[in-house]
Amino acid sequence: MAKGIREIRRSIKSTKNTRQITKAMKMVAAAKLRRNQEKAEAARPYADKIQEVIASIASGTSGSKHPMLQKRPVKKTGYIVITSDRGLAGGYNANMLRKVVTTINEKHKSKDEYGIFVIGRKGRDFFRKRNYPVLEEVTGLPASPTFADIKKIASAAVQMFANEQIDELYLCYNKFQSAISQIPTVKQLLPLEAPESSEVRTINYEYEPSSEEVLADLLPKYAETLVYSALLEAKASEEGSRMTAMGNATDNATDMINRYTLSYNRARQAAITQEISEIVAGANAQA
Amino acid sequence: MSKMTVEVVTPERVVYSGQAEMVIARGVQGDLGILPNHMPLVSPLKIAPVRIKTEGDKEVKMAVSGGFLEVRGDKVTILAETAELPGDIDVERAKAAKARAEKRLAEKYAELDVQRAERALQRAMARLDVTK
Repeated sequence: MAKGIREIRRSIKSTKNTRQITKAMKMVAAAKLRRNQEKAEAARPYADKIQEVIASIASGTSGSKHPMLQKRPVKKTGYIVITSDRGLAGGYNANMLRKVVTTINEKHKSKDEYGIFVIGRKGRDFFRKRNYPVLEEVTGLPASPTFADIKKIASAAVQMFANEQIDELYLCYNKFQSAISQIPTVKQLLPLEAPESSEVRTINYEYEPSSEEVLADLLPKYAETLVYSALLEAKASEEGSRMTAMGNATDNATDMINRYTLSYNRARQAAITQEISEIVAGANAQA
Repeated sequence: MSKMTVEVVTPERVVYSGQAEMVIARGVQGDLGILPNHMPLVSPLKIAPVRIKTEGDKEVKMAVSGGFLEVRGDKVTILAETAELPGDIDVERAKAAKARAEKRLAEKYAELDVQRAERALQRAMARLDVTK
């Protein structure tokens, strides 16, 4: 590298600064990841319980007639796409958006056939810039979102399905596998697959006012809960992805610093050698 | 007096979990009083306070909205979008919300979302009731 000593020293310094930032971001992401995992854990009893009750109603004969459980001819499809507000999370958003775009291109010919509900600034900017039909958007969610934060968009999507403005609803999010592996997933949300009752012991409940009305009350809630748990999972994925990306960045920065330090020392050594040989040459000339 | 297990769960966390002698909640068809060994029951709840009698005169009140109640064996589970214990409630904010909702309902302009305003009013009243 033909850089002067001063430039090399400057690059070392700036790379060190970068490393400090990426290191800090990695640690913050690790802490947030843990918190989000706990949160996802805490949300589970609610979802499980609703699922249990719906399963026991749907397993009865009367339940399956509800429109949210029935397939109908698809004229328009809705997609709920969950992305992050901030970048520096590796391929988190890019992978998700690529997957969504591929799915849309495969399934639809014109823009009238689908609509997008987008969560997260990155996704919103992406779809806006490319003129995709965005029906609803939510940005600026906190690191650990509450149910109320996404209630609006979730119930808007569910409502549109109930009004038959859309006939299918897909949920697109990064499924959390581990801190280093997240899988972009497109999952059908509506019409709901009637959840299978895992237990054999289905109980004959007394429904008040009637099983149909209870089901009509519960199904939208269940769908919203699914959106919420997908969001929590996506948030965990985001932090996991960011943690990995920042870990790699920190490693790369360390590598670069080592390389710069080596060439800095070489350059310094060369300068000293040159200086000595100049002095020696000068002394020799005088003698 | 015999007891049953009561759990109040929201999407975010388990708000309350404990033993109780009686649970009083407002179902869509009227008030429900649940004693131990009630038959299995599922009912949506109105936006209203839920009272859980733990022992003798002691009771826990909470403001529940968007919930439903499930009774099964000796366990009562209340699932709700929000459930707040008196300690979690900001009284001033609830009062302000109540005033706002009342004002909105009184004005009656055309694009008013009556249902939404009514729900807001109910929530505020349930919260204030619980903190009384």
